[in-house]
Amino acid sequence: MFELLGIPPQALFGQLLIGLINGAFYALLSLGLAIIFGLLNIINFTHGAQYMMGAFVAWMLLNYLGIGYWPALVIAPLLVGLTGVIIERTMLKHLYKLDHLYGLLLTFGLALIIEGVFRNYYGSSGQPYQIPPELTGGHNLGFMFLPNYRGWVVIASLIVCLATWFVIERTKLGSYLRAATENPTLVQAFGINVPRMITLTYGFGVALAALAGVMAAPIYQVSPQMGSSLIIVVFAVVVIGGMGSIMGSILTGFGLGVVEGLTKVFYPEASATVIFVIMALVLLVKPAGLFGRTA
Amino acid sequence: MKLSRTLGLAAAAVLAAGTAQAEYTNGVIKIGVLSDMSSLYADIGGPGSVTAATMAVEDFGAAKKGLKVEIVGADHQNKPDVGSSVARQWYDVDGVDVILDVPNSGVALAVHGVTREKNKVFLNSGAATSDLTGKACTPNTIHWTYDTWMLANGTGGAIVKQGGDTWFFLTADYAFGHALERDTSAVVEKNGGKVLGKVRHPLNNADFSSFLLQAQASKAKIIGLANAGGDTINSIKQAAEFGIVQGGQNLAGLLVFLSDVHSLGLKTAQGLIFTESWYWDLNDQTRAFAKKFAERNGGKYPTMVHAGVYSAVTHYLKAVEALKSDADGAAVVAKMKEMPTDDPLFGKGQVRQDGRKMHPVYLVEVKKPQESKGPYDYYKIRATIPTDQAFRPLNEGGCPLVKG
Repeated sequence: MFELLGIPPQALFGQLLIGLINGAFYALLSLGLAIIFGLLNIINFTHGAQYMMGAFVAWMLLNYLGIGYWPALVIAPLLVGLTGVIIERTMLKHLYKLDHLYGLLLTFGLALIIEGVFRNYYGSSGQPYQIPPELTGGHNLGFMFLPNYRGWVVIASLIVCLATWFVIERTKLGSYLRAATENPTLVQAFGINVPRMITLTYGFGVALAALAGVMAAPIYQVSPQMGSSLIIVVFAVVVIGGMGSIMGSILTGFGLGVVEGLTKVFYPEASATVIFVIMALVLLVKPAGLFGRTA
Repeated sequence: MKLSRTLGLAAAAVLAAGTAQAEYTNGVIKIGVLSDMSSLYADIGGPGSVTAATMAVEDFGAAKKGLKVEIVGADHQNKPDVGSSVARQWYDVDGVDVILDVPNSGVALAVHGVTREKNKVFLNSGAATSDLTGKACTPNTIHWTYDTWMLANGTGGAIVKQGGDTWFFLTADYAFGHALERDTSAVVEKNGGKVLGKVRHPLNNADFSSFLLQAQASKAKIIGLANAGGDTINSIKQAAEFGIVQGGQNLAGLLVFLSDVHSLGLKTAQGLIFTESWYWDLNDQTRAFAKKFAERNGGKYPTMVHAGVYSAVTHYLKAVEALKSDADGAAVVAKMKEMPTDDPLFGKGQVRQDGRKMHPVYLVEVKKPQESKGPYDYYKIRATIPTDQAFRPLNEGGCPLVKG
C-alpha cells in the first residue's frame, strides 16, 4: 500500500469525504451570503444568527409541537425567512443608498441581540436534537464509516446549491433579479416590482441559512453560539470565492472544506486558521477573489 | 462575535453599612466574578457563578455582621489578554479585593499572575490545570474545586483497572487540555496502560469527525476526551454518530459537568464514567442549596464549579472577618489556609500549603434514561475517593511554597 506523507490512503479518503461534508455547510451558507451581497449589496452579518435560528426553530417545532425533522426542513426556513423579510422591510431597505458599513453594523448588532436573547433563555450548552430515525446508522465504506445522515447532508446541499445557481444564472426570474441590481429604475419601468423582488431575495438568502441550520441541528448541539463560530469562516469563503459570485461561493465552500479537513490530519493545531491564511494569500494575488470580477 | 464588554451583571448584595471600619479597602469587600459569560463554558460557571457568590454573601449574613460586600461580574471571553486586563482594571481602578471562578486554564494562569503582582486574592473554581498549585503556585491563589490531577487519577485510574489499557487522546489545544492529557497519560502508564496517540484540536471546535476518524484508526480501546464544555458535548455526540462505541471503542470524558450531561441528554450520555468533586444530590443540605440556586438561575441546577464558588466565598468572608482586613491578599490567603473550612456544600475540609482546597471527590456514572427520575437526576455515585487520595500528594507538585 502506498502512503502519502505518512498518512495511509484509507485515512486520507476518509478525511477528504469529511472535508466535503463540512464544505457542504460552508457552501450552503456562503451561497446565501453571496446572493444577498450580490443582489442587495448588504454584508449580512446576521447570517450566522439566522443559521442558528433555523436550528432552534427545528428544535422548538419538535419539543413544543411534536413536529419532526422532515416538516421542519420546510417550515423552519419559511419562518426564519419571514423574519428576514420583516428585517428587510423595516430596517435594511433604508440602508441601500448608504455606505456598506451601515448595513454591516446593523446586521452585526442584530446578530448580537438575537444570540443574546437565545442565550438568555436556553443557556450556552445547547439542546440535543436527534438524527431522524430514517437516517440513523451508517455504512462501512471500507476506508471509513460514513454515517447516513452525513451522506444525506452532502447530497441535499449540493442539490440546493445547484438549483439556486440554475435559477439565478439560467432562468428568466434570475435575469430579472440580475438586471434589477444593475439598473433598478429601468427594470421598474418595465413594470416589475423591484422592491418586492429585493425583499423576497433577502428572505430567500435567510431561508438558505435557516435550512443549513436545520441540517446542522442533528450533528452539532443546537446552541446560541453555533452560528458565530461559523460565520467568520463563511465570510472568508465568500471573500476567497469572490464577493457576490454564486458559483464561486459554492465551489470555494466545498474546496475549503476539503482543505480544512486535510489540515486536521497533517497539522490539526492549524485547522482553525488555515482558511484565513488562504484568504490572505488569495487577496494578495487576486484581490477580487478566485471567481470575482473586478468592476 | 463578542464585543468587549464588562457586564455589570450583579451589583447585588450591597448590604447595610453597619459599623464603618476603615480596615477594609474603600470600606467595602468587593468580590469580582470573572467567567466565560457567553461562550462554551458559560453554563459551567458564567452567570450562575455570580448567583452562587451572591447566595454565599447572603447566607453568611454579611449585613448583620456589619460587613459591606459588593459583587461585580465580567466576561473574559476565553482570552487570556482580556482576562488579565479586566483583572488589572478591577484591582487598580475598581477596588476589587478578590477574583472568583475563572474557568479556562489559560485565562486562569494569566489572572493568577496579575493577582500575585497586585497582592490580591484569587480563588479559582472553574479552571482545571494542576499547575496552579504545582510549579506555578503563589501565596495569593487557592484552587478550590477540582484539578487535572484529580480528574486523571479518579477517572483514568478507574478505567485502566477495568481493562481500558490503550488510550488515544482528543485534546483541547491550550493549557488545560495539555495539563489534563499529561496528568492522565501519567496515570495510564503508571497503571500499566499505554498511550497510542493523540490529536490536538482548537478550542471551541464544532466538527470533530476528522479527529474521531483518527481516533478510530488508532484502534485504542479508550478515547480520552481531554476537553470540556461544548467541545466535550460535540465530541460525544459525534462519536455516537460515527459508531465509535459500536466499533468496540469506549469514550472517557475526563472533564464532564452536570450541564454537559443535561445538554447531551441521557440517551447519548448514559454509561459515561467520570470524576466530580460535588453533586447536588449528595445530602439534604446540597439538595436544599440546589433547589434555591435553580430558582434563581432559570431552573438550571448548580455544577461543581458553582458549588465551589459558593464555598470559596464563604471561607473568604470568614477569613476576612477574622482578620478584620482585606488589604493584604497574601495575609488573607494565609488566614484561609490556617482556618479549617466548613460549609454546607463540601462539609469540613482544609486548604493546603500549596493552595489546594482538600475534600473528597466522587467517581460517578451517568444513569440510563429509565433510571432517572427527571431533569438533573443524572448520576450514580460509584465510589467516593477520600480526601487524602483525591488530590496530588503535597510533595509531588513542585510548588516552591512547600518546604521540606
